[in-house]
Amino acid sequence: MQKYDELTEFLLRMGDSALVQAQRLCEWTGKAPALEEELALMNVGLDLVGQARNWLDYAAERIGDGHDADSLAYRRDERHFRNLLMVEQPNGDFAVTMLKQFFFDAWQYPMLTQLSKAKDERVAAIATKSLKEVTYHLRRSSEWVERLGDGTEESHQRMVKAIDALWRFSYEFVELSTQEQSLSEAHTIGDISSVATKWQAMVNDVFARATLTVPDAAQPFYLASRDGVHSEHLGFLLAEMQYLQRAHPNASW
Amino acid sequence: MYAQLVETGSKKLKTLEEMSPEERAFQERIDAEIKIEAKNWMPDSYRKTLIRQISQHAHSEIVGMLPEGNWVTRAPTLKRKLQLMAKIQDEAGHGLYLYSAMETLGADRDEEIEKLHSGRAKYSSIFNYPTLNWADMGAVGWLVDGAAIVNQVPLQRTSYGPYARAMVRVCKEESFHQRQGYEILLHMMRHGTEAQKEMVQDAINRLWWPALMMFGPSDEHSPNSAQSMAWKIKRHTNDELRQRFIDQTIPQLNVLGCTVPDPDLKWNEETGHYEFGDIQWEEFNRVIQGHGPCNTERLETRRNAIEIGAWVREAAVAHAHKKQQKQAVA
Amino acid sequence: MSQWTLFEVFIRSKHGLNHKHVGSVHAVDAEMAIENARELYTRRNEGVSIWVTPSASITATASDEKEALFDPSEDKVYRHASFYELPDEVGHM
Repeated sequence: MQKYDELTEFLLRMGDSALVQAQRLCEWTGKAPALEEELALMNVGLDLVGQARNWLDYAAERIGDGHDADSLAYRRDERHFRNLLMVEQPNGDFAVTMLKQFFFDAWQYPMLTQLSKAKDERVAAIATKSLKEVTYHLRRSSEWVERLGDGTEESHQRMVKAIDALWRFSYEFVELSTQEQSLSEAHTIGDISSVATKWQAMVNDVFARATLTVPDAAQPFYLASRDGVHSEHLGFLLAEMQYLQRAHPNASW
Repeated sequence: MYAQLVETGSKKLKTLEEMSPEERAFQERIDAEIKIEAKNWMPDSYRKTLIRQISQHAHSEIVGMLPEGNWVTRAPTLKRKLQLMAKIQDEAGHGLYLYSAMETLGADRDEEIEKLHSGRAKYSSIFNYPTLNWADMGAVGWLVDGAAIVNQVPLQRTSYGPYARAMVRVCKEESFHQRQGYEILLHMMRHGTEAQKEMVQDAINRLWWPALMMFGPSDEHSPNSAQSMAWKIKRHTNDELRQRFIDQTIPQLNVLGCTVPDPDLKWNEETGHYEFGDIQWEEFNRVIQGHGPCNTERLETRRNAIEIGAWVREAAVAHAHKKQQKQAVA
Repeated sequence: MSQWTLFEVFIRSKHGLNHKHVGSVHAVDAEMAIENARELYTRRNEGVSIWVTPSASITATASDEKEALFDPSEDKVYRHASFYELPDEVGHM
């Protein structure tokens, strides 16, 4: 599998994760449990597509070869996507969706905080802008996790099930690749070594308020999104998202 | 047009002499273009008509998200995706502005939505047609939002204050929707492949007549129009608005280099208007009565969203109560 | 009955201006009402500050009180600066 340089790979990880998470949010259109949530979910989605475009633009410039953000988003196969396994998981019910969102926000928040201090100015600028948005996303998703965990017997049970379905993919939030470590140590992207503990602390705190139990640390298996080894779901997600670009390769939209 | 066939409960207008003193003062206020506000006295039939019209309008915004939701996961570029998401989000917002205006009349949002879900309330017939290719996203923005704007611009001066103010907000925000749609089509026509140009013409062919039907039946078949006009809930007749829409749309169609599926369409130099062929009102009536291509699935999607999501709303209430109790103890 | 409470929303559009009533939202508590108001009424940078209050807690004047409450101030022209005529040489006051 083709790999780019360390920074480009990292940019793809940030961009692809935001994009895939946004794509899942788009699936909620017209189906949210309250009209107010239609707006809220779409707001988060809009922020994330915007972030994805910024990361992928930068990645495309580094890759060259006539690439742009659209060609990266719409013309790569799943084997070349670097998004976190968590965000490609199906939406399930609102408990699964909100828990996924929370896990992702709780990772993005400390990550972007550190990236905003990056030596690489472009990384720092994108992170600074994104961080404002993600601060609000995290506030909303952690409130929903608390509401649903603590709300009714039914909502609590649904959250327990959601944790059971999703926790297995959480190992990616707490591990750093050697490439990321070296980027971090060189301060190209800021010191991200503390992201794992901050993610865990946030989860512990919100779960406690939500009366939910934090499971033992998830053990990795051979699925590794950094190497493009994803769950079965990503292929279908991309087939849908990329359909027009694939069916009409010479078209301009 | 987002509110078609709104029942007013009266087929014949009362003269000022036939009115009670209150009714008369009310009508004189409307005639003097003074806005009616929530706390003002109003005839029961005015209140009921407004609730019906505003809720229909709101339902249309909400159901109207679905034909676009059908393509938001397949938008062809990141830019198009952002535009479409923002547009869909605005529609949810416009639905909420309208429900909010409706609630000032004492109506309950959940009850009115329940009427929609049980088939007792209407929404615009246009959203019961499918969106079959990407150009439909352009044609919906250009034609459907275009028709909506023609209808909504005069509603900014409608007699009920909260409705008029909601319309001001909606019109301001919607100005980008039509341009966004038209630009999708224009780009495909000017820079697209043959297949893309075919998509555009195909979308216009399918959506043209349903868009014209959005303005509702012709004036002689709109028994409720006279009362709504007297109350200034409605400011122009269906036929006037439809003609205005056609007159402004055909030149835009020519710029695209497309046609509409109407062999009778021609410019009338004398009247300064376009003439057009007969609208299939039988089809319109069928769609309004629930037998359009997508009525069942549109309503089912909305019903499911609210019914399946009930546990979420209940959990939020339960948690808020617990939190309140904890604060009370502390 | 609605499960969620109706809140009225007031937005300060710019620093230095008053909060202005813009509409309502449904929410389970004031915190959620603020967030829902933010999503609904400030999608285009329309606000720098939001107030919410349960609709039920608002007391309004009734329309038939208009004459008693507001008409008496109509003839109090001496409350307006233009009532007082000053010679031109005084200049702007």
